[in-house]
Amino acid sequence: MSIDTLARVAQNQRSVDARPLMTARDVHVWYGPKHALKGVSLDITRENVTAFIGPSGCGKSTFLRCFNRMNDTVAGARVEGRIELDGQDIHAPEMDVVQLRARVGMVFQKPNPFPKSIYENVAYGPRIHGLAASQGELDHIVEHSLQRAGLWDEVKDRLQDSGTALSGGQQQRLCIARAIAVDPEVVLMDEPCSALDPIATAKVEELIEELRGRYAIVIVTHNMQQAARVSQKTAFFHLGEMVEYGDTSQIFTNPREARTRDYITGRYG
Amino acid sequence: MTAVAAASRQPTDWGHPRLAQRLRRRHRSERLFRAIGLSALVVAVGFLALLLGTMLKDGVSGFVQTQARIDTTLDPATLELSADRSPEALASANYLAVYLRDVRESLGQDGVRIASINGWTELRRRVLEDPGLVGQRLTLWVPVRSEVDQYAKGRIDVGADPTLAPIRPEQVRAYARLEAEGRIRKAFNRTFLSAADSTSPESAGIRGAFVGSLLTILVTLALAFPVGVLAAIYLEEFAPKNRWTDLIEVSINNLAAVPSIIFGLLGLAVFLNTMGLPRSAPLVGGMTLALMTLPVIVIAARAAIKAVPPSIREAALGIGASRLQTVFQHVAPLALPGILTGTIIGVARALGETAPLLMVGMRAFIVDAPRGFTDPATVLPVQIFLWSDDVNRGFVEKTSAAILVLLAFLLAINAVAVYLRNRYERKW
Amino acid sequence: MDATFLLLLACGLALFGYVLGRQRAAAFTARAPSWRAVHSRPGFHGSFVALAVAIPALLLLGIWAAVGRPGPSAVGAAIVLLAGLAGGALALRRLEPSFRARTWVERATMLVLLAASVLAIVTTVGIVLSLIVESIRFFERVPVTEFLFGTRWSPQTAIRADQVGSSGAFGAVPLFWGTIFIGAIIAMAVAVPLGLLSAIYLSQYASGIARRILKPVLEVLAGVPTVVYGYFAALTVAPAVRQLGLSLGIEDASAESALAAGLVMGIMIIPFVSSMADDAINAVPQAMRDGSLAMGATSSETVRLVIIPAALPGIVGGILLAVSRAIGETMIVVMAAGLAANLTLNPFKSVTTVTAQIVQLLTGDQEFDSAKTLSAFALGLVLFLITLVLNIWALRIVKRYREAYE
Ligand SMILES: Nc1ncnc2c1ncn2[C@@H]1O[C@H](COP(=O)(O)OP(=O)(O)OP(=O)(O)O)[C@@H](O)[C@H]1O
Ligand SMILES: [Mg+2]
Repeated sequence: MSIDTLARVAQNQRSVDARPLMTARDVHVWYGPKHALKGVSLDITRENVTAFIGPSGCGKSTFLRCFNRMNDTVAGARVEGRIELDGQDIHAPEMDVVQLRARVGMVFQKPNPFPKSIYENVAYGPRIHGLAASQGELDHIVEHSLQRAGLWDEVKDRLQDSGTALSGGQQQRLCIARAIAVDPEVVLMDEPCSALDPIATAKVEELIEELRGRYAIVIVTHNMQQAARVSQKTAFFHLGEMVEYGDTSQIFTNPREARTRDYITGRYG
Repeated sequence: MTAVAAASRQPTDWGHPRLAQRLRRRHRSERLFRAIGLSALVVAVGFLALLLGTMLKDGVSGFVQTQARIDTTLDPATLELSADRSPEALASANYLAVYLRDVRESLGQDGVRIASINGWTELRRRVLEDPGLVGQRLTLWVPVRSEVDQYAKGRIDVGADPTLAPIRPEQVRAYARLEAEGRIRKAFNRTFLSAADSTSPESAGIRGAFVGSLLTILVTLALAFPVGVLAAIYLEEFAPKNRWTDLIEVSINNLAAVPSIIFGLLGLAVFLNTMGLPRSAPLVGGMTLALMTLPVIVIAARAAIKAVPPSIREAALGIGASRLQTVFQHVAPLALPGILTGTIIGVARALGETAPLLMVGMRAFIVDAPRGFTDPATVLPVQIFLWSDDVNRGFVEKTSAAILVLLAFLLAINAVAVYLRNRYERKW
Repeated sequence: MDATFLLLLACGLALFGYVLGRQRAAAFTARAPSWRAVHSRPGFHGSFVALAVAIPALLLLGIWAAVGRPGPSAVGAAIVLLAGLAGGALALRRLEPSFRARTWVERATMLVLLAASVLAIVTTVGIVLSLIVESIRFFERVPVTEFLFGTRWSPQTAIRADQVGSSGAFGAVPLFWGTIFIGAIIAMAVAVPLGLLSAIYLSQYASGIARRILKPVLEVLAGVPTVVYGYFAALTVAPAVRQLGLSLGIEDASAESALAAGLVMGIMIIPFVSSMADDAINAVPQAMRDGSLAMGATSSETVRLVIIPAALPGIVGGILLAVSRAIGETMIVVMAAGLAANLTLNPFKSVTTVTAQIVQLLTGDQEFDSAKTLSAFALGLVLFLITLVLNIWALRIVKRYREAYE
C-alpha cells in the first residue's frame, strides 16, 4: 500500500460516527442448499461510506442485496435475520418492498441504463413513485440528479438521446443519477467501477465523496486502494462470514485478524 | 452548488397520505395486471381443455359399437358354393343371401331395419378364417345400422314429431323389442380400427387412412432426413461465406415459413402435371411433405451441429482425420440426438398436415388399405376432413374418434422427441 | 422393366463394385513395403469404384425417368446397366497404391453435400416458377388489374356459353379482404393479447413448477393439427358465434362466419405468439429488470415500462411472423369461414379467404387449363409473395434485435 493512500486513509479518519441508519443482525442467506451468508451483523452509519471487501464469492453482493431485499427476486433464495432501516424491520409485513427500494437505492456492477432517453432514465424513479407534482418539478429533479452525479454538463444538450449511447463511465454516472433521483436514504453500490477506466473511476469516486453528506453509502469493491480512498468504515468478508469490521484506517494499517492481513497484503484472494 | 441543490429539496416524506394512497393504487394495479396475465393463460389452456373435452365427449362413443345377435346357418346351397373350397371360391360366395335370410329369422321381419346391411362381411371374414364353418350353425354379433347405433347411444332425440327424426318409429319399436330379448349389446368397435372408409358410418374405419399416413410419412422421411442432414452438415461445416450460401440460408429460413398450401400447389404443378406422377399416391404426398419438412430438419440439424464444441473437431483433426472424416465420424454422431429430435418434430407436423395433400388429390375414397406407394390413398387428417363434411350424422363420432387417434399418435411421437431430448441432451 | 427394380439393380452393382475395389486395394496394400506407400485405405478404393458404377447409371436412370414415360424399356435398362458396368470397369483399372482414391471420394461427397443444400434453392425456384408460369397463363385470360382490383369473385365458368354468369368473375379483392379480416385482424386481436400476456405471466410471475407444466401445455396447443381446429371451429364455435350474433340482433348471422374462423385461428396462433414473445422477453438482460426493481418499481411496472419497450422489436417481429402464418392457414377457414366472397365488415357474416378458395378451386375434377383452376395459382402467387415479404421483414427485425443485446 502506498504512502499516498495511507495519508488519505488518515485524512478520512476525521469523520464522526453517527447513529446507525441501518442495522443488520445475524443475517443468513441460503441459495437453495448453499449457505452463502453465515450470520453477519453490521451497522451502517449515516454520513459514512462503508466498504465491503473480500475475495470473490465470499458473499459481499449477497449481503448488499439484503439491504434492499433484492434477494427476494432470486428464485430459491432464503434470507434470515433482522435488518432494520431507521428502526423499522424491513422484513416486517407492513414494510412495503417497493417503498423500501425507493429509500435504499442501488447501483450495479455493470452500468444498466434502460434503453430509453437520458431524461427518461433519470425521471423513471420519480415518475413511478409520483414524486413530482408537475412537469417543471420533474425537469428540476432530473437536472439536479444529473448535476449531483456530475453528468449534467456532459449531457444537458442531449437529454433525449438514448442512455445506452453514452460511454461506460457516463452510463454508470447516469445510473447513479437515476438512483439518487428518488432521494434515497441509503445508496448501495456493487463494484460500481469495475467496468470503468481509471479516469471514469476517479470521477465516480469523487462523486461518492461528494454524495457522502447526504446518503449513507455502502460500496462493494475489489480494489483495496479504492476502499481506502473512499470509505471510512470497512468490512472484510470471507467464505460467507464477516471476519472483521472497523475504521478503514485501522483495517488497512492494523488489522486484528490474520485473514484480513493476508488478504490486504495480497497473500490470497 | 451541491449544498444549494441538496437544500432545495426536502427529504421525501413517505408517510404522506398522497404517497401512501399512490402506493396502494400501484399495488392494486400490480395485482390486476397479474390477474389479467393469469386469466390469459387460463383462457389459452382452458381452450385446449375445451377442445379435448369436446373431442372426447363426441369421440369416445366412436370406439363403441352397438351390435345385434343373429343365429345363422352357413348352408352351401344358399351360399351358392359348389364342392370347391378354395379361398377364391369362398371369397365370392353369396353371403348376402344367407345374411338377409338369417337376419330376418333372428331379428324378425323388421330386423332388417336394425342390422347393418354390411353385416354380411362379418360372415365372410369368419368363413375365410375357418372354412370348416361352412354348413355349420353359429351365433354372430353384427353391427346395427348407423341411425340405430346413434339412437342406442342416446344421440338421437325422437322429439315431438317422430316423422322428422332420422330414425323411424318402427325401428325404435324393433330396437326396444330386441333389447328386451337380449339380442343387443354394446361392444368395442373393432371395425373402426380394422376397416377402411365406407359410405355407411357403421362400417367405416381408419385403417386405410392410417396406412396411407404411414406410407406417406415413410416417403417424407426417406427423402427429407438424409437430404436435410447432408445440407445441414454442408452449411454448418464446409460452406464458404459467400453470396451463394447466403442465398441458401435465406431460402431455407423462408421455406420454413411458407404456407403449407403453397407446397401443395408446387406438388400439383411439378409432380403431377409436369412429371406425370400418379395422383392421390403416397409417393407424391410424401414428396410434397418432404419439401415442406426439409427446412425444419435443416434448421434443427444445424443447431445440433453447432452445439458440438469445436474442441471435438480439433481433437479429431489433430490426430490426422480429414475434415470429412471428422464430421461424419465425430461431429455427426454427437449431434444425432438433436437432429433426431428436430426430425421427429418435423415429421409430427407433416403427419397432421391436410391442405397440401388435398392439392395432390390425396382424398381418394378407398374401401381397402393402400398396398403400395403408388396406390390411391388418403391420410388420417384428410380422412377427418372428409368425414367432417359428411351429412350423415353417424360420422360425427367417427370424426371425433379419428381425431382422438390422430392426437394420441402425435402425442406419442412428441413424447419420444421429448424423451430423446432429455435423455441425450448434453451440455458442453 | 420396373424403374424401382432397375434402381435396386444399379445399387447392387455399386455394392459389388465396392467389394471388388476394396479387395483389390487390400491385396496391394498387403504387398506394399510400408503403409505410407499406399495413398488411400482400401475402403476408399472400394467407395471410388462404387461411385463410378452408381453415378453414370443413376444419372441415365434419372434422365430416363424425367423424359420418357411410362417406365424404361428393356433397351433403356440395358443402356443404364452398361453405363454402370463401364464406369466400374474403368475405375477398377485405375486402382493402384499411389491412386488418390480418398481425394476423389471426398470430392464426390462434397458434391453430394452441396447438392443437398442447393435443393432448398431449387425448391424456392420451383415454387416461384410454377406459380409464375401458371399465373401468366391465367393473366392471359383475365387482366391483372381485374384480378387485383376487381370486387366480384365468382370463378364458376360455365360449361355452355349460354349459361348465366358464364364469363366468371375474378376480382380477388373480397378474398384479400377476407384473408386480412380473419388472419390479420380477428385472429391477431385474439392471439396477440392472450399470447403476450401468457408469456409475461409465465416468465415473470409463474412459479418454476407452473412454468414447467404450462409451457408444454402451450406447446401441445401448437402441435394440434389444423384440421382438428377446423373441425372444432365448424362443430362447436361457429354455432355458438351464430347464436351470439342472433342474440345481438344481427339477423343475417350465418352458420359460417369470419368471427368463428378468426377466433379459432387466433387460439391456434397463441402458442406461436407466446413463444416468440417469451424469446424476446428473455433476450432482455436481467440487469434491466434488476435495475428497475431496485428503483422500487413493481413487477408490472417493470414489465410495462422497461421490459416490453426493450423487447418490442422482437415482439413485433414475432407478430409479423404470426400474421404470415395466419394468412397462410388453410383448414380452419376451409371448414369454418365458408366460400361466399363477401366484402363485409360484419364479423358474423361469412367471408372467404385466398387459401379457402385455392382448395375450393383445385379439388374436385376439372380440366387443368381453365381460368378457374389457373386462378388458384395466381392466388397462390399473391399469398407466397405476401408471406415472403412478411417473413423477410420479420426475420430482419428479430435478427437486428438479437444483435442489439448480444
Ligand atoms: N443466484 C444465486 N444462486 C445460487 N448461488 C448463488 C447465487 N448468487 C450467488 N450465489 C453464491 O453465493 C456465494 C456468494 O456470492 P456473492 O455474489 O455474494 O459473492 P461476491 O462476494 O459478491 O463475489 P464477487 O466479488 O465475485 O462479486 C457464491 O458462492 C455464489 O456462488
Ligand atoms: Mg459480487
